Amino acid sequence: MDLNKKFTPETWPEHPEKATLEAKNKFVGFWLFLGGETILFATLFATYIALKNSGPSGFGFSTQELYELPLVFVMTMLLLTSSLTSVFAMYHLRNYNFKKMQLWLAITALLGLAFLMLEVYEFSHYVGLGFTFNNSAFSSAFYTLVGTHGFHVAVGLVWITLLLIRNAKRGLNLYNATKYYTFSLYWHFIDVVWVFIFTVVYLMGVIG
Amino acid sequence: MSSVAQKKSFGATLWDWLTTVDHKKIGILYFLGGGFFFVIGGIEAMLIRWQLHKPDNDFVSAGLYNDLITMHGTTMIFLAAMPLLFGFMNAIVPLQIGARDVAFPFLNSLGFWMFFFGGLFLNISWFIGEVPDAGWTSYASLSLASQGHGIDFYAIGLQIAGGGTLMAGINFLVTIINMRAPGMTYMRMPLFTWTTFVASAMILFAFPPLTIGLFLLTFDRMFGGNFFNHEMGGNTIIWEHIFWIFGHPEVYILILPAFGIFSEIFSIFSRKRLFGYPSMVFATVLIGFLGFMVWAHHMFTVGLGPTANAIFAVATMAIAVPTGVKIFNWLLTIWGGSITVTTPMLYALGFIPSFVMGGVTGVMQGAAPLDYQLHDSYFIVAHFHYVIVGGVVLAILAATHLYWPKMFGTMLNEALGKVTFWFFFIGFHMTFLIQHWLGFWGMPRRVWKFMPNQGWDMANLISTIGAFFMAIGVIVLVYNVIITSIKNVKVANDPWGDGRTLEWAIESPPLYYNFAQTPLVRGLDSVWIEKMEGNASGLTPAEPVKDIHMPNGSIIPLLMSLGLFIAGFGAMFRTETEWGLGVLIFGLVFTFIAMAARSLQDDTGYYIKKEEILRDLKRKGGQN
Amino acid sequence: MMKGLKKWRLFSLLAVLTVFLAGCGQEELSTLLPAGQVGRDQFNLLILSSVIMLVVIIVVVTIYVIALVRFRRSKLGEDFIPEQVEGSHKLELVWTVLPILLILLLAVPTVYYTYKLGDVAAMGEVDEDGNPENLIVDVTAKLYWWEFEYPDLGIVTAQELVVPMDEKVYFNLIAADVKHSFWIPAVGGKLDTNVDNVNKFYLVFDKDSNDIKNGDGVFYGKCAELCGPSHALMDFKVKTMPRPEFDQWVTSMQATGEKQIVANEQGEEVFNQSCIACHAVSAVGGSNEKQGPNLATFGDRNRVAGFMDHDKESLIDWIKDTQKHKPGNKMPSFGEQLSDQELDVLAEYLMGLSVEQ
Repeated sequence: MDLNKKFTPETWPEHPEKATLEAKNKFVGFWLFLGGETILFATLFATYIALKNSGPSGFGFSTQELYELPLVFVMTMLLLTSSLTSVFAMYHLRNYNFKKMQLWLAITALLGLAFLMLEVYEFSHYVGLGFTFNNSAFSSAFYTLVGTHGFHVAVGLVWITLLLIRNAKRGLNLYNATKYYTFSLYWHFIDVVWVFIFTVVYLMGVIG
Repeated sequence: MSSVAQKKSFGATLWDWLTTVDHKKIGILYFLGGGFFFVIGGIEAMLIRWQLHKPDNDFVSAGLYNDLITMHGTTMIFLAAMPLLFGFMNAIVPLQIGARDVAFPFLNSLGFWMFFFGGLFLNISWFIGEVPDAGWTSYASLSLASQGHGIDFYAIGLQIAGGGTLMAGINFLVTIINMRAPGMTYMRMPLFTWTTFVASAMILFAFPPLTIGLFLLTFDRMFGGNFFNHEMGGNTIIWEHIFWIFGHPEVYILILPAFGIFSEIFSIFSRKRLFGYPSMVFATVLIGFLGFMVWAHHMFTVGLGPTANAIFAVATMAIAVPTGVKIFNWLLTIWGGSITVTTPMLYALGFIPSFVMGGVTGVMQGAAPLDYQLHDSYFIVAHFHYVIVGGVVLAILAATHLYWPKMFGTMLNEALGKVTFWFFFIGFHMTFLIQHWLGFWGMPRRVWKFMPNQGWDMANLISTIGAFFMAIGVIVLVYNVIITSIKNVKVANDPWGDGRTLEWAIESPPLYYNFAQTPLVRGLDSVWIEKMEGNASGLTPAEPVKDIHMPNGSIIPLLMSLGLFIAGFGAMFRTETEWGLGVLIFGLVFTFIAMAARSLQDDTGYYIKKEEILRDLKRKGGQN
Repeated sequence: MMKGLKKWRLFSLLAVLTVFLAGCGQEELSTLLPAGQVGRDQFNLLILSSVIMLVVIIVVVTIYVIALVRFRRSKLGEDFIPEQVEGSHKLELVWTVLPILLILLLAVPTVYYTYKLGDVAAMGEVDEDGNPENLIVDVTAKLYWWEFEYPDLGIVTAQELVVPMDEKVYFNLIAADVKHSFWIPAVGGKLDTNVDNVNKFYLVFDKDSNDIKNGDGVFYGKCAELCGPSHALMDFKVKTMPRPEFDQWVTSMQATGEKQIVANEQGEEVFNQSCIACHAVSAVGGSNEKQGPNLATFGDRNRVAGFMDHDKESLIDWIKDTQKHKPGNKMPSFGEQLSDQELDVLAEYLMGLSVEQ
């Protein structure tokens, strides 16, 4: 594949993310990978549901009292918005508008970063209350489920940052178009997982 | 022999193998790695049988015995059977679908090295003297109570190796979805490719639960988690569920490719198309699907209640139906064929009665109330060895003989092959048939020793003698490999004479780009069709000779795996040593840097020039 | 002559083999000689499934052998090209439907027995006077021994379960440390003792354990779940007896709180110094009161530590070096603390602890 081949919006293929065999492979492979990730999170969800509210005798925390719903709601909004901005970025990818794509992805990354920082704040707040990873099965399951999601966000942030910097001066080609596209898939996936966490962990924890 | 092959220094050859992304070489690496661990697991098995050859034996201590059974099971499943099958999948599946490589050659290499370093990590426990000792299932209450670092080796080693397996699974899926030659529709794929496909899909969905299970175990043991600590609100049954949600599909991940291998063999050596091909495919998919619905039949005695037990009992029995369809289709494949009993065929013929035995005892244990008696007795030991040895290992041995010429360019000795078979086959039945009765007679499994006067002495002795027969068989095979490699008599494209699928229409071993021209596939058993129509080469090209795009080799997969390997030790010794945390971070950063290096460099491969391909074609007399 | 001898040996070996293959094992621990309703139900299911499976095996092997004999290339000629049959819908339908029918044949009794054996609804029932109708035994599995409490009778014992015949005996099962599994092969099996929750099931004992042919008056019980180094030695024994005898046994058990036979007074002294912290000699009480097994019936038992011969030498051997005999168990070795003379009188005393005499 020729990395230096120049495109115009007219010659740029309609589906740049799967225009070559390698790209098609990555496209399919990444979807499959997300399938595996779904099972991974499903296992964590099941574990959490089985262990929520259970701790040693005299354990003082319950989902109802613990969770900071307003904060989590703000986080949810941030992540949902970042999913939307990544859609804008993909729109510009299709139209071969590199600068705008980079811009929207940078906004996506910033929103993701804000989400992550709020999550760190949330965790440290809980730890401050005495709700640590080690103090019950519930806390272990909570931190593992939400933390695994947070870890995925962090990985996504590192990934997109590297992509943005690496390609800043090079523009779009058929090689990195797939990388951008799979990142956006990944980001949507993280977003969907969060919607489930928000519902199953927080909403059902406080209300249900 | 080849004009391109040059004398290379040892260092260059080694570098070539360490950095290779060629599916054929990775296939050989998997085969060698798996073979190595197979021998280690075999030695562990022999020590187990020797300990049990007489009552009240003191050959090994109680602790060491538990180390042996745990490592035997773990090694054989994760480090021997799966890698050996991966070896054949890598070596053969891309050829069967007319591809030049797998979809992700880099990932393929990474998968291998992660398996290898994971296996190494697990086995280093022997040198540290703290070995996993809670059984290959490592049920949570015992694995949390286990002293020393044994279980940590288990959790981290399998985590690394399991990651590699997951990559291999995704890789095969994409390869089969995207890389098939023109005309190779799904319903024209050879059955080995089909079973690889379904097994890979099962890997994709079965391994993430294992990943999570191992993480939870790691957290509990090393980072103060409480998932399985019931005093802190945890629940050990969660581990059992997670383990078997992975563990049951795992046995189908092993047996399906074995089915595929035997399907190829029956067809080749009966000179006959596979009987009922569509129903074979359907049965494969159905088994794969049902494989996820029955995990709790490993837990009938856990106390899940009659309703759960009844549902899982019936679901389990249902699997017998598609499996039965397969058995009868194989029988009807050889029926009316022209059977020649070569070594691979001998294994396939031995497989049918052995596997049927293992299958029916499986249904018996599916009957939950009966399983209350059989569970965790020697009956279950007999049962799963009948399916895994009588199915998977026989398939691996069969494939070793069948595909040896395709992988190494020379034939294994047929006479010695048959000697191996008979020793192994007789030894196998001698070892395990009697164990069904040991189970009936009340002998629990995983017992370090047994007291006399319980009526078990003679049966155990017979079983041990059988194990030695199997060992002799394996030794003969190793000898066979060595002498035939020394002689190294080169063979033609199709040394068995009746090859039906694409891999038999190209050189043995194939050139590094496999097919000079991508073949056109016109039906099931495409080479057979071409030959019957008078095309002696067995191939019709789908494209003119042109430049071929190939991936570059890379050392990065090895480095990434090495980083995880190092990090594993750090995690394990994190709390008790000063260097632990540092090593953990170092290993992870090392892996990350290697990964980033891969990501930042633009590795788009290279092209083989048309002229070189034409030169090769000319040398071979114009054929592919 | 040598040759003849060898032949004879081979023959005898084969004969032994046949006996073993057809054999049913030993009465005290074989699932093939069920000594109770539960075991018999399971055995019936075994026979039914074996017959069905035998049918399958015979059909497969018949087709297989015929095909193998008839369609050899050596017979058909090297150049013979068989017809490339694609399949047959009719045949394929047959071997899909027939297995489904066979499976149904097995599935119906399976579901029936699953519910029957899982039925513990009667467990807590009481009669008009508020007395429990059924005998309940609380089993606690520990590294590597078994504790049996009779909660409604106020007594506890260890290592040797004593039960009345011909009635349902209900069990509550739990493990105190790691997971074990409670199995009496000849009577019916088996249920895990989890650490997290109590499992319940019932067994019925039909046969008097004294009537076991060539036996030592007990059924054998096993731990069936890997639980550590001495998993293999975590045996227990079961004594069954007619109800009146059992009631008598209960009465004498309940009496151990007040008076005991003291076979050796010096031994009792040693016991009170070294053993009493972990072991009780009164059977009155419940589970988990002491760290070690209750010894009130020690003299009546069949084995030392669950698997060693029941004599003074073995007992002394055991107390001297417990870790040698049962690696990983929780009882310290007393070889250095107690003199030979002390061990001797202690053993005498322990062997005298009895409720049956």
